[in-house]
Amino acid sequence: MSQDKSQFDGVSADGAVALDANLPPDPSRRTWVATTCVVGGIAGVATAVPFVGSFAPSEKARAAGAPVQVDLTSIPEGEMRTFEWRGKPVWVMHRTEAQIEELKNNDEYLADPHSDRPGFTPEYAKNEYRSRDPKYWVAVGICTHLGCSPTPHLAAGPGPGLPANWEGGFFCPCHGSAFDLAGRVYKNVPAPDNLEVPPYELSSDGTQVIIGVDENNKA
Amino acid sequence: MAGEKTVETTGLLGWIDRRFPLSKMFKEHMSEYYAPKNFNFWYFFGSLALLVLVIQIVTGIFLVMNYKPDGNLAFNSVEFIMREVPWGWLIRYMHSTGASMFFVVVYLHMLRGLFYGSYRKPRELVWIFGMAIFLCLMGEAFMGYLLPWGQMSYWGAQVIVNLFSAIPFIGPELSLWIRGDYVVSDATLNRFFAFHVIAIPLVLIGLVVAHIIALHEVGSNNPDGVEIKEGPKDAKGRPIDGIPFHPYYSVHDLVGVAGFLIVFAAIVFFAPEMGGYFLEFNNFIPADSLKTPPHIAPVWYFTPFYSMLRAITADFTWVLAAASVLGAVALFLRGNLRGVWRIVVPVILLIVAVLLRTIDAKFWGVVAMGGSVVILFFLPWLDHSPVRSIRYRPTWHKYLYGIFIVTFLILGYLGTQPPSPVFNLMSQIGTLIYLGFFLLMPVWSRLGTFKPVPERITFSAH
Repeated sequence: MSQDKSQFDGVSADGAVALDANLPPDPSRRTWVATTCVVGGIAGVATAVPFVGSFAPSEKARAAGAPVQVDLTSIPEGEMRTFEWRGKPVWVMHRTEAQIEELKNNDEYLADPHSDRPGFTPEYAKNEYRSRDPKYWVAVGICTHLGCSPTPHLAAGPGPGLPANWEGGFFCPCHGSAFDLAGRVYKNVPAPDNLEVPPYELSSDGTQVIIGVDENNKA
Repeated sequence: MAGEKTVETTGLLGWIDRRFPLSKMFKEHMSEYYAPKNFNFWYFFGSLALLVLVIQIVTGIFLVMNYKPDGNLAFNSVEFIMREVPWGWLIRYMHSTGASMFFVVVYLHMLRGLFYGSYRKPRELVWIFGMAIFLCLMGEAFMGYLLPWGQMSYWGAQVIVNLFSAIPFIGPELSLWIRGDYVVSDATLNRFFAFHVIAIPLVLIGLVVAHIIALHEVGSNNPDGVEIKEGPKDAKGRPIDGIPFHPYYSVHDLVGVAGFLIVFAAIVFFAPEMGGYFLEFNNFIPADSLKTPPHIAPVWYFTPFYSMLRAITADFTWVLAAASVLGAVALFLRGNLRGVWRIVVPVILLIVAVLLRTIDAKFWGVVAMGGSVVILFFLPWLDHSPVRSIRYRPTWHKYLYGIFIVTFLILGYLGTQPPSPVFNLMSQIGTLIYLGFFLLMPVWSRLGTFKPVPERITFSAH
């Protein structure tokens, strides 16, 4: 302690004369402290950039989105199949005439019957069938609420948890969101949006669907 | 300590003490930390939480020796631990049971604080550090649950990470950034592993140290909510209603430890899955990114908050908006806010009411879920009752606490169940009770006839 005290008195331990405590304060020191803090702070924040950036999807994950080709003739009428595209389940359904007709009567139960909300529906699917060809419906089978995969309840009629007047569709087991056979979300369920329709193209003869490409999305 | 006789230590301890404050720290936190002598059953849970933390760290280290954080290997490596590593099943069941028991102990520890007003001035920081520990624990449990890479791990993580996508504007990008892929994948598994085994435990241990240092600075509360430091003191300046933590409470806590370990061992050996509540049956199926199990639910300790998430539907936001408007009017007319706050707070509430009807219910579900945890941080400033302990509050306050506890348990049960209209209505009512309990606390906590608080703690030697 005695050593420390002598330093403040102007004489350090080895006898050298130090700064006189009575000298007027040097304002340039404040400037240097502030400058050092600002520059050091910027450098510190900049260091976070690579660490934060490393959390983004890797190049490998970004490249994994290769298109998937599906033979529509392999899907019997009234049934659906699930395919994997970008790790997500993509549903392709072959709707019957009756099912297509039924879609026209659902509007009053639906939150967004004309797919007016942005995202989720490409231009070519902004119709009541939400598809290019009314017969074949393609959608990402992930609930727009919190990402569960809804369960198909294709048959009309009541069921546990299902809304009244069930005309067939999909029901999410996680939080009870319901969608019709065009993936349009029912009113007053947790999910805010219709099921996403991925970019896709039909082959010229209409027997193949290529998931992951369309006019705006090249493979 | 004023008036303490200081004895110079000698020998090895003396050698250490001249270089490191070992004896000083032992005295400060153990042999000369004076805790009120009237602790009851509820005061076991702090030291038990510390015990479970140790169990989790030790068993965790041994699990990591055989676990493989890889989307293709993770599920099988856990089965390998269960079936082929000598004693692996025991270590893993201790870890999985420890996770659930951590929450049992911590919920009871928090309830103790609620009963006896342990968060009240000057213990606000003790409470806030504690709440930060609770948040870390939730993160730790959530990320740990992904690691076995079963169906429930996978879809649970998918749902929780997607919670962030409900945030307006930045949400979808944010959840993509958290996952590191378009769906929960190997990248997600690896980063959760890193957080689970090192990042969060480091923060957790730091917070536990801060929690205890803050506690020992202000001293422990007690079931009477009376400050022993303000009571009579002995000749050496020690509060006479306090007893040294060591040996009195260190030995006392051993009884709690023994009782706890009986329960813990019973679960580990006889019911490690706890009927699907501690380890869910769907998690014995490997993760499948194309198929959600027919019923998914988080582990029991998250279900009360999960119920509140599910409760917020588009129709229900009308109720919440109405409640906000009502709150705005009441605060403006009868509230005792001063100056501009009298205008600003009601206006904010009105804006919230409008936003409730303009932003998706999905977002508000996330807000309700997050808010129900965050609101606990503000407990020290929500409680305006003139007394600390429930013992000296009006009797109807006890019923209110009772209703709150029952509501929390019912919400917890509903969260484990598949969605249905009746259950949804129940969880909406439960959400209103839960939020109302805290948001209206500044009003109800000062109402009623309070009982006289004794000068000194009440204590009867057996």
